[in-house]
Amino acid sequence: MRRFSWFNATSLTLGFAFLYIPMIILIIYSFNGGRLVTVWAGFSTKWYGTLLSNEAFLDAAWVTVRVGFMSSTLATILGTMAAYVLVRGGRFHGRTLFSGMIYAPLVMPEVITGLSLLLLFIAIGLDRGIITIVLAHTTFTMCYVSVVVSSRLISFDRSLEEAALDLGCTPFDAFRSVTLPIIAPAVISGWLLAFTLSLDDLVIASFTSGPSSTTLPIKIFSAVRLGVRPEINALSTIMIGIVTIGVITASLINKRAVTKRLDDEQKAAAA
Amino acid sequence: MAQPAKTPVVFAPWEDKTAKPLIEFNGVTKRFGSFTAIDNISLKIYEKEFFALLGPSGCGKTTLMRMLAGFENITSGTVLLGGRDIAPVPPNKRPVNMMFQSYALFPHLSVWDNIAFGLRRSDMPKDQIGDRVEEMLRLTRMEKFARRKPHQISGGQRQRVALARSLAKAPKLLLLDEPLGALDKKLRNDTQFELMDIQEKTGTTFVIVTHDQEEAMTVASRIAVMDHGKIIQVATPAQIYETPNSVYVADFIGDVNLFEGNVTATKGDKVEIAWAEGQPSIHATAPAGTKSGDRVHFAIRPEKVSISGDKPDDAANAIQGTVHDIAYLGNISTYHVQLSNGLIVKAQAANNRRLSRRNFTWEDQVWLSFTDTAGVVLNK
Amino acid sequence: MNFRRLILIGVPYGWLLALFLVPFAIVLKISLSDYAVSIPPYTPTLDLSEGWAGFQDFLSKLDFDTFKFLTTDSLYWKSYLSSLQIAVISTFFTLLVGFPIAYGMARAPEEWRATLMMLVILPFWTSFLIRVYSWMGILGREGYLNSLLLSMGIIDEPLVILNTNIAVYIGIVYTYLPFMILPIYATLDKLDVSLLEAAEDLGCTRTSAFWLVTAPLSRPGVIAGSFLVFIPALGEFVIPSLLGGSGTLMIGKVLWEEFSSNRDWPVASAVAVILLLILIIPIILFQKNQQKQAEADQ
Repeated sequence: MRRFSWFNATSLTLGFAFLYIPMIILIIYSFNGGRLVTVWAGFSTKWYGTLLSNEAFLDAAWVTVRVGFMSSTLATILGTMAAYVLVRGGRFHGRTLFSGMIYAPLVMPEVITGLSLLLLFIAIGLDRGIITIVLAHTTFTMCYVSVVVSSRLISFDRSLEEAALDLGCTPFDAFRSVTLPIIAPAVISGWLLAFTLSLDDLVIASFTSGPSSTTLPIKIFSAVRLGVRPEINALSTIMIGIVTIGVITASLINKRAVTKRLDDEQKAAAA
Repeated sequence: MAQPAKTPVVFAPWEDKTAKPLIEFNGVTKRFGSFTAIDNISLKIYEKEFFALLGPSGCGKTTLMRMLAGFENITSGTVLLGGRDIAPVPPNKRPVNMMFQSYALFPHLSVWDNIAFGLRRSDMPKDQIGDRVEEMLRLTRMEKFARRKPHQISGGQRQRVALARSLAKAPKLLLLDEPLGALDKKLRNDTQFELMDIQEKTGTTFVIVTHDQEEAMTVASRIAVMDHGKIIQVATPAQIYETPNSVYVADFIGDVNLFEGNVTATKGDKVEIAWAEGQPSIHATAPAGTKSGDRVHFAIRPEKVSISGDKPDDAANAIQGTVHDIAYLGNISTYHVQLSNGLIVKAQAANNRRLSRRNFTWEDQVWLSFTDTAGVVLNK
Repeated sequence: MNFRRLILIGVPYGWLLALFLVPFAIVLKISLSDYAVSIPPYTPTLDLSEGWAGFQDFLSKLDFDTFKFLTTDSLYWKSYLSSLQIAVISTFFTLLVGFPIAYGMARAPEEWRATLMMLVILPFWTSFLIRVYSWMGILGREGYLNSLLLSMGIIDEPLVILNTNIAVYIGIVYTYLPFMILPIYATLDKLDVSLLEAAEDLGCTRTSAFWLVTAPLSRPGVIAGSFLVFIPALGEFVIPSLLGGSGTLMIGKVLWEEFSSNRDWPVASAVAVILLLILIIPIILFQKNQQKQAEADQ
């Protein structure tokens, strides 16, 4: 048995301090009453009030959420199909190109993806707005979804599908009643990943958005370009809060499912 | 001139009161939190022994071995190696090497570099390292595979590389943690003899950990049977088999029939044991000090029980039953005979006739018989 | 091929062709065109109404002038070099910070690991932009770091960190740290502890066992992590825009400015094409590393 040495304890403490202190500072100073960002002038929630009365921010947030929902849902459908084709599709003409197009956007710099999509939209005369952002986000997030889903499909016992076919399912029935329920957790995490990436994206959205369709990251970016703004601290705190609650809830649900499963297995073994 | 009569040299240093042990455990205890893994063990292992630690998983045998390698601290007691306390010596300074259960071959190094790994960290001059590695490769018949990586050779070959690597530094003591556990049965049997050969050739003291009683019986000069952190019996394989000191050892090693009863009469070292209503008492030989009224177990191996159709006249013990099951094992058959009180007794007979002419079959009435020295009487 | 299979393959395939491959072809085409004051701001344009002759005419007018222009203006190759330099330096520092964390996680008690893992992943789910922004308040002239150091009397003058390359390094290390930690942790976690015991048994000290066994065996994770940081860092736009100064040259920023401020589409496209060509090498190396690792796992 190896000791958990002081060296490991120190590196973990320092490492996590580095990861979390900037965000903690942000949260603390979002409750700062003063206009000067670095001088503490008493506890206040006034910046939250300023933020919530700012129509432009609220509009941008609404656009962002709508884009996120639409693009992540589309991306999940397309990405799951793509994953299924990659893992179970067998051979077909142009398969190499297909898998190349799935993996390439993962490493493509956002500026290039954004630029190329914008040039396409201009070329075909599509007005920039929510639709163009959704198309752009769907394209790059579907690749993430398909990576997540295909890793689940690869580890999935093929004989389960074969058993379903053997028991009289059509291939589509087998997919719906056997494959889909089993890969569902991966599909859900794929959707969440796509949603987060969409909410988070600044560069691609900047290229593909129109004047009437500013997203929250674009708004934040233009607000903070010239310096720290207290209402952005408040906005950041809200966003960090939502994500933290989401991640912790998800991991608790997951942990409970695992514990329940272990428990059930133990009971079954004892019986 | 008359040649001096050759007396066969029996290797049994443990019977020599003047012999100095290589390893000495004195009242060693190891606790993990509230769990006692090793409970006050004292044990002596002598030079050139092939010593087996045998027991079910969780009995403490691996912990005991890892103490020798230096990977476990000792809670109390002392471990001496060549008369010196080894507690303060870190694993990399001990003249002890270990062959790991997983083999722990370095996947990024070739077979050659794996074997040379320990030598390069010793004070051996560079030009001798090559010779020593070649010697080890020859010893384990791995010359042809020196340049391969561990994942490019078979399981049996990996096992030999692990052995070569741990022997390369010519340790005083080699520890083997379930060395054959990952091999299939056939390969395991061959490798057992190879291990014994190598042990003899190199004259190294081997301590092997195993849960396989057959393996321990085959390779070891002495066996320590362990249970729950305690040593139950230390003896040669023959002694362990023929005269186990407890029901646990008798049951753990080989197949055994056990009868529990009370001693009703003693005459010298002969005793009578009443063990069930309506069944004849067992006549047996008991250790000194066994008294009338003692609660004892009588243990007898299946091959010491004869099976016959008619009641034998001269047997010290004869019990009647019906054949319940027959397990045909090729060279022998084991008969499961049910007595009138329901107890099943196993008896073995050699198959020196063809199957079709077998004497007994299912539901036959048979007699089981054994002499009064065939079994042992156990007090614990 | 039946109808369902056609749909299953055709829909995602068609989507990616239309929204990934075609746009890229357009970028390539425009990079071979010349800047013009018109709408769209480049020539030649493909006029399909003139048929085959028009297409031939279009092809003959494509040239490498824009690429030649990139070599004449030092801004561009300086930006590429500076991007490479920034990406390499920050990847190195990310490794320096990330390895001990991954190592500590792999050595931590079993029951902590799920929590530690969640703590590493959590920042990844929070907004990238906000994580970069959080350093603006810390590193500024009147930022938290300077106030702290001044009040402790460690410095007399505020340090100038924000709007320098150092701030960019910090930003990249901070935001890409999880990408470094996770693959290294994965290889260290798989590392059989008995290998380290074997090394010690054969005469290694703890330190030499680390260099002879742990370090070479964690190499695939280190390589994977380094590429996962290096590749996106090279085309980074947000970090140099918010934390870097006017002297911070990064190619992502240049591309953005060429396009939105100068409206020079051919140059922006040519910059993108070259950036992609530069990226192909590390991407191929990364793929090779992943494949090797996958084979080794089998």
